[in-house]
Amino acid sequence: MSLILKNVSKTFEDAKGDVLNNINLEIQNGEFVCVVGQSGCGKSTLLNLIAGLEKPTSGEILLNGKRFDGPSANRVVMFQEHALFPWLNVIENVKFGMKLASLPANEQEETAMKYLRMMQLEEYRDYAIHQLSGGMRQRVALARALTLDSEILLMDEPFSALDKQTSNRLRAELQEIWLKTKRTILFITHSVEEAVYLADRVIVISPAVNSIADVISIDLERPRYVYDEKFVDYRHRILEEVQGNTGNEKK
Amino acid sequence: MKKNKLFQSKYISEIIFLCGVIILWQLFYTLGVDVLSIWKAYAMPSPAGVLKSFGLLCQNGSLLPAIGFSLLRGLLGYLISVVAGSILGLLMNCFPYLHRNLRPLVMGVQTLPSICWVPFSILWFGLTQQAIIFVVVMGSAFSIAIASDNAIRNVPPIYKKVALTMGANSRQVYREVILPASFPELISGLKQGWSFAWRALMSGEVMTTCIGLGQTLITGRNLADINQVMLVMIVIILIGIFIDQMFFGKVERYVYQKRGL
Ligand SMILES: Nc1ncnc2c1ncn2[C@@H]1O[C@H](COP(=O)(O)OP(=O)(O)OP(=O)(O)O)[C@@H](O)[C@H]1O
Ligand SMILES: [Mg+2]
Repeated sequence: MSLILKNVSKTFEDAKGDVLNNINLEIQNGEFVCVVGQSGCGKSTLLNLIAGLEKPTSGEILLNGKRFDGPSANRVVMFQEHALFPWLNVIENVKFGMKLASLPANEQEETAMKYLRMMQLEEYRDYAIHQLSGGMRQRVALARALTLDSEILLMDEPFSALDKQTSNRLRAELQEIWLKTKRTILFITHSVEEAVYLADRVIVISPAVNSIADVISIDLERPRYVYDEKFVDYRHRILEEVQGNTGNEKK
Repeated sequence: MKKNKLFQSKYISEIIFLCGVIILWQLFYTLGVDVLSIWKAYAMPSPAGVLKSFGLLCQNGSLLPAIGFSLLRGLLGYLISVVAGSILGLLMNCFPYLHRNLRPLVMGVQTLPSICWVPFSILWFGLTQQAIIFVVVMGSAFSIAIASDNAIRNVPPIYKKVALTMGANSRQVYREVILPASFPELISGLKQGWSFAWRALMSGEVMTTCIGLGQTLITGRNLADINQVMLVMIVIILIGIFIDQMFFGKVERYVYQKRGL
């Protein structure tokens, strides 16, 4: 898997100026990349472009050297709201993508149960979505996203609607799954701590230039500890970059 | 167990309430007609009179066929409305051009009281069954079209996005996401469509001469028998409630409960 963004810009018809301007980015196979930046700087737009839900105004995005047209199952997205289907129960939700692909029923069942077990949700397989807590819903959504073995998993602030404790637990679980399965993940967050905890590389998007301000490789052993000195250093450094770029004008 | 009890007590309290209403009605009648002579007896229906009327219509065997024919006509017209209305709604949803231009028109026509279609319908079909069914279809198809268009439009876009990024093609998006997601609202639309159809049916039936509840109602008027008129009105209401509760109500409750709404 390789994903390359070349001079990608995005302008919305009804918005003034570029939302994203000249983005260049390369994501390697098996890499965990986090994108941070202030609210409204275009993080979700970047993810939507890669997902194929939006088209770049200029530039090109290449997956394994090829352009794509529109969304597809090799770039599964997990959204901030769980977006589970309320008319399906837990297991049916997890099977949804495989059902679209018309996989054999027993394979659907096996894979779905494998990921439910991974998320420690196997006893909840027949529950209705409204019977689950917020954290459990996000875990079901994660299980659903993982079943498709997509080339890259795109996650748009998947844990930010949860309380701190739950989101901390989920990010640890996500890291474990990533270590186990070595998937390629692009993870959007507004929490620098979350980014430093999870990422191989952190990409900072600055609203001042509507583009990538910096890319920071996180050289820390996993699992990481948020009180570790180096962790705190990274965190401060990135936080300054995230804030600094708009703080300029105010100062 | 507890739930069952609750239901029972709910039914019982409803029955007691209805009995109270009927007793009040009888009291009102006795006071107004017999004691104070404010109204003439022929101008005021009474529970006893309605009951007698009921016995009479059952005896001469005209009530049951009237109910049967009305229901049959109503259902037929309604089914046509459902098919035509959902197709129209779907078309308005698929083609932005139709949504922009046709929808306001459909909205406008929908506000037309169904009785307004009667003269038109009689000119087209004469005093026939078809005329009544035409009125029923005109009375409910447009509301079903608008409702189904709305139902589809109100599906949260995120559901569609999820399906698309998991590889759904546009047919799968419709079948696996948009249809089930809009189902609760679709049911409400169909339910409302039924109540429009039932009303339109009566407008049609009172204007023509086919056997049906509408005709029985008109016969009551021609005989100056206010009790028969009242009886037929009560029957119409009861059938309306019955179908609303027994069919649509059940489906709605099931769907809502399953989704935790
Ligand atoms: N469909 C759209 N049409 C017009 N403008 C849009 C559209 N989508 C996003 N924008 C604009 O693009 C900018 C970036 O939006 P985006 O959602 O990518 O921000 P974000 O970085 O994800 O913010 P947050 O952290 O709050 O989620 C915003 O100014 C927004 O108003
Ligand atoms: Mg966003």
